[in-house]
Amino acid sequence: MNILISNGRVVDPANRGDAVQNVYVSGGKIVALGQAPDGFVAERTIDARGLVVAPGFIDLAARLREPGYEYRATLESEMEAAMAGGVTSLAIPPDTDPVLDEPGLVEMLTYRAKKLNRAHIYPVGALTLGLKGERLSEMAELVEAGCVAFSQANVPVVDNTVLMRALQYAATFGFRVWLQPLAPFLSRVGHAHDGEVSTRLGLSGIPVAAETVALYTYLELARTTGARLHITRLSSAAGLALIDQARAEGMDVSCDVSINHVHLCDMDIGYFNPNCHLVPPLRSQRDREALARGLAEGRIDALCSDHTPVDDDAKQTPFSESEPGATGLELLLPLTLKWADGAGLALLDGLARITSDAAKIIGITKAGHLSVGARADVCVFDPDAHVAITREGLRSQGKNTPFLGMELPGKVRYTLVEGQVMYES
Amino acid sequence: MRNPQLNQHGELQHLLTLDGLPRDILNAILDTAAPFTEVAEREVKKLPLLRGKSVFNLFFENSTRTRTTFEIAAKRLSADVVNLNINTSSAAKGESLLDTVDNLCAMQADMFVVRHAASGAPMLIAQHLQNTGRDHIHVVNAGDGRHAHPTQGLLDMYTIRHFKKDFTNLTVAIVGDVLHSRVARSQIAALTTLGVPEVRVIGPKTLLPTEVERLGVRVFHDMCEGLKGVDVVMMLRLQNERMNGALLPTPQEYYKIWGLTAEKLALAKPDAIVMHPGPMNRGVEIDSAVADGAQAVILPQVTFGIAVRMAVMSMLGSR
Repeated sequence: MNILISNGRVVDPANRGDAVQNVYVSGGKIVALGQAPDGFVAERTIDARGLVVAPGFIDLAARLREPGYEYRATLESEMEAAMAGGVTSLAIPPDTDPVLDEPGLVEMLTYRAKKLNRAHIYPVGALTLGLKGERLSEMAELVEAGCVAFSQANVPVVDNTVLMRALQYAATFGFRVWLQPLAPFLSRVGHAHDGEVSTRLGLSGIPVAAETVALYTYLELARTTGARLHITRLSSAAGLALIDQARAEGMDVSCDVSINHVHLCDMDIGYFNPNCHLVPPLRSQRDREALARGLAEGRIDALCSDHTPVDDDAKQTPFSESEPGATGLELLLPLTLKWADGAGLALLDGLARITSDAAKIIGITKAGHLSVGARADVCVFDPDAHVAITREGLRSQGKNTPFLGMELPGKVRYTLVEGQVMYES
Repeated sequence: MRNPQLNQHGELQHLLTLDGLPRDILNAILDTAAPFTEVAEREVKKLPLLRGKSVFNLFFENSTRTRTTFEIAAKRLSADVVNLNINTSSAAKGESLLDTVDNLCAMQADMFVVRHAASGAPMLIAQHLQNTGRDHIHVVNAGDGRHAHPTQGLLDMYTIRHFKKDFTNLTVAIVGDVLHSRVARSQIAALTTLGVPEVRVIGPKTLLPTEVERLGVRVFHDMCEGLKGVDVVMMLRLQNERMNGALLPTPQEYYKIWGLTAEKLALAKPDAIVMHPGPMNRGVEIDSAVADGAQAVILPQVTFGIAVRMAVMSMLGSR
């Protein structure tokens, strides 16, 4: 199908482009910008006047809950959420049940996703079998099955010998390893940032050292093994400083942060709001500011939703007994816009963190930009319209987000995947 | 965000925590409690204030002492009291906290007295009642996790006011395991709200929570320094399971350094009072000579506790 997206403000961070022009889509690809290619007849024209035309967003962490947690969410429900959020590529953490540690499982998930014909998925395989931190997974086989990297999700490896071997093995092939900086024992006992708020509320605290101790270990093991490291979901200023230091030495390490952590801090827990129960915990205001600034300055490479749909039953409990996590796919764009605006960033630079920069971390080359020949994954949105975040409005099966009840900027009008309109509003 | 324990008129709807509770409400509770202490002296110890009301003691965590004092207080106000030990019934069968609450609401409960091991559980119940339009049902927190034990904090304030008359010229020391103590958090909130100019916490670094000074207290690790010139010494209970491990090496060492003995108490003002929320570990946090000594007001605390709980329940229940 030939589609003309006419007169939109085309913002393409990868090509540093920001201009009003037409986008021509044909055969699932972008075939031209500005001038129509010879003989192009649009079967459909999307009038994008006053709207932004951007590459479809790339999310570094979206839990779709399949297999194993279908009572929380299904591929169907979460793919709908992705489309409504303009998110066209998703990296999937391995903490499903069973864990993504077998090529067959990964193939099955990829097949199911393909059949739904919505967002593209990029599974992140388990670094160790069952995420148990004991035996290595078949990394080479998993990559053949479609895995783009390896991680332990939120389950730290306790035995550093195993972690070192896993990094060495991954480095043998040049596979990237994504690690969540959580020191096993320091992170296990708490439910909130160890500080004034946890002290006041009587919640057991997770000290910043849970992040920094893990980072010291990971960075040192990456130095000695030569592994390519990506650090997921930074939560603290001190953690970011360690990444800065490693990079200053010339280390090849990247990192990301979640939409929750650049906007919220421990004070938002208020009167025990379980929607603010997250991993890693929301830290102090100073940490939040450091993360938002680090992301603006490019010291943090990408922003992600850390989409974690949780069923109501698991949230309607006392804070410490509630399941951590928040839904995020439909909030990725609004919270990116809000953060970029607050940081005084141009739209182009703000959107880079959820398009071109995120693409680099996964290793996606044919999407995340609007070059001629690229996969026509496109999001057309109204940057000035505000959306109210409500339980009813969210398509995700998870209604758990700290942003419920807020008005946020950025309304997705069209989502195209491989040149097909998969969502419009 | 509205403080969930106050209604839209700023009146007490539930008693969940003393943190953020206005001074006039604290004083009103203490003033209301005063005449109730006399009820206990009477031949007939009953008042009709809660006649026909049903009070459910919802205890998700074991407690004999607190549950009993709540039961006595409710009965003296002529309420019908139902005691439920949930850790041995519904929770074991997998029923959720809010399902349990909904079931009891269907039995026409007027008030829940809740103890729970998780911080914030009574607040969750109160929010649930509010969200479901059941504003006629009140919640009293009888201790939640490490968060709050507001009636204990109130009875401690009543005791201090009884013996010291005025809060605004006092130095008060809280000694021991502040980290795990809901009692200490409620005491700190009440003391600072009532205008005590200096509240001290004394203990090893392992038992003092992070940034505790942000609650408005002065931190001491040296017991002798911390007790110098204080008017009130509030001891905290040290749980058995915390005596040997990563928090403290042994109860013997703890007693040697932070146990309250007559010698250490001598550093406080001569007329200083000694308080303890009970049950005491004699020879661990407090020496028997002090616990039974002339400066101890530990038994009056228990008596005042009933009056304070009567005050809270009558204020909520008559609304």
